[in-house]
Amino acid sequence: MTDEVILQVRDLKTYFTVDEGIVKAVDGVSFDLHRGETLGIVGESGSGKSVTNLSIINLIPTPPGKIAGGQVLFHGKDLLSMPPNEIRQIRGNKISMIFQDPMTSLNPFLRISTQMIETIQLHQGLDQKAAKEKAIEMLKLAGIPAPEKRIDQYPHQFSGGMRQRVMIAMGLSCNPEILIADEPTSALDVTIQAQILELIQELTHKLGTAVIMITHSLGVVAGMCDTICVMYAGRIVERGRTEEIFESPKHPYTRGLIRSVPRLDRDTAERLYSIPGQPPNVIDLPDCCPFYPRCDKAMDICKKKYPPSVAFENGQSASCWLYTKEAQNG
Amino acid sequence: MADHKILLDVRGLKMHFPIKTSLFSRAKNYIYAVDGVDFAVRKGETLGLVGESGCGKSTTARAVAQLYKPTAGEVILNGKDLTKLPPQEMIEARKNMQMVFQDPYASLNPRMTAGEIIAEPIKIFQKRGLIDMTTEERNDRVEHLMEKVGLSRFFKNRYPHEFSGGQRQRIGIARALALNPELILCDEPVSALDVSIQSQILNLFKDLQDEFGLTYLFIAHDLSVIRYISTRVAVMYLGKIVEIADAAELYKNPLHPYTQALLSAAPIPDPKVEAKRQRIILTGDVPSPDKQRPGCNFYDRCWKRMDACRECKPQLREASPGHEVSCFLYHKPE
Repeated sequence: MTDEVILQVRDLKTYFTVDEGIVKAVDGVSFDLHRGETLGIVGESGSGKSVTNLSIINLIPTPPGKIAGGQVLFHGKDLLSMPPNEIRQIRGNKISMIFQDPMTSLNPFLRISTQMIETIQLHQGLDQKAAKEKAIEMLKLAGIPAPEKRIDQYPHQFSGGMRQRVMIAMGLSCNPEILIADEPTSALDVTIQAQILELIQELTHKLGTAVIMITHSLGVVAGMCDTICVMYAGRIVERGRTEEIFESPKHPYTRGLIRSVPRLDRDTAERLYSIPGQPPNVIDLPDCCPFYPRCDKAMDICKKKYPPSVAFENGQSASCWLYTKEAQNG
Repeated sequence: MADHKILLDVRGLKMHFPIKTSLFSRAKNYIYAVDGVDFAVRKGETLGLVGESGCGKSTTARAVAQLYKPTAGEVILNGKDLTKLPPQEMIEARKNMQMVFQDPYASLNPRMTAGEIIAEPIKIFQKRGLIDMTTEERNDRVEHLMEKVGLSRFFKNRYPHEFSGGQRQRIGIARALALNPELILCDEPVSALDVSIQSQILNLFKDLQDEFGLTYLFIAHDLSVIRYISTRVAVMYLGKIVEIADAAELYKNPLHPYTQALLSAAPIPDPKVEAKRQRIILTGDVPSPDKQRPGCNFYDRCWKRMDACRECKPQLREASPGHEVSCFLYHKPE
């Protein structure tokens, strides 16, 4: 990880119009990604993790979705205002993605070779033969045995873990600067998950790729990520270096989340902590802290206004009234 | 807690599914989903069953519940072998055993209200003349159950789509409790839920166990969930139990190479611990259970394999009191 910032997300807002009103799936998200950094975005279902990342590469289905505001600066250029043919040269090339379910993201009718060669030819301008060689080399890197044979097979001939390896090989085949991994191991078994996470770590370190890792598993971020953003109801509620967030979580939601995961490596005390209540419905959210009905530290002000983001000395930041002057004054 | 009386005793349970190539041909091949499983569940305890997808956890639960007719083996509940009872008696005995399923979306009928769903098991047994209850009593029972699982009784007339995932799972639990069973088979009841909801449901399971003296057979693939909820843990691989021990003992002192790999592969939500951990990364995938192997099922992926493992099948044997393992590292081939 270096100090060079390659991606800046500024006040990103993505709204969906549905019959019941407006869903503010992402509502003012900002973060920076450095070269070679692994950034984890954690949150529960519906918190806006995936929508954030689809917005970054401008893949929000419109309608019903709409990017209502904000900027995504990739090397200083705003991806959101770029014409479609320009962004197509970045998407899949400089910024690539792998998704949760490798079966639905590979085309079942096409051989792996066809799908990989297409991408490589399109972005790297190689001829058919060189592209195939590159594809085989990538499959080999991704740990697929006998890639020369396997490349001409169809997706159904691969197991779940192998398909995810193919996706990783494909995602990294154009030497992207950023790899967005959206729950890449959630559909896989524990032993296969360990293999895939190790592979992502090893390859991205070797190639110097920055990773945005979206996951609901705190265990996965603890092992992989340099920095973490915790999302709740469409906003980032806490941000910081992984060790610091786990060591001293500031936001009551982060704290609750960490405490409510049972631990493999120790006997959990009599009773597991649990956050009461349900995640909020994100349709027409009032402008207050969305966590206050479930929060054990809720104050009057939490019901009235959304808290500002407070920065701490170690670079951590949290959106919570607990740490502002207003709250301390009364 | 557990008073050592054995409530459920499963012996030599096998469940093979035929693979038919055409409608009229006889099956030549089988999927050996569960291939000789023995375990006992004591009254008041939670036996955790853990393993990767395709290892036969769910099939075991379904074969125990007699939703599948087991190929071989005995399922003894309260001293009665369910596989040998005539259908009428089997159903009566099964009243004592209920299930909670993984997917709270698929396991509730969308056309029935929450109240109807919870009352349904009672109605079924009323029809068979096995329960004597007035409609009023039944309604009271439904409301009582709803409050017990943390749902307001005013939600009785709502339909499943009006509930969140966690609330739906509560309805599923209330339905399982409706007949006052001693044993509940929980088939991945928390894996579809978010972290903050998962801990609520896990605590609910514990509270209900304390209050009603329930016994659970609890299936999950998440090792930390199993550690939290279980008294004893059985690890399955490819249709067989490879290790079974008290929860604390198994996590502290795993013996089978597969258990060791599984524990080392599971991520721990603590960056300091993660940074220091040595992982055992298994190569390859879980093989398909479509053939019977002469030796150990784990042979292909094991990093401690020996020659004997290829030819002889290890059996589940006690390595220390209460800790059974099926591996030649701990007992000689017979």
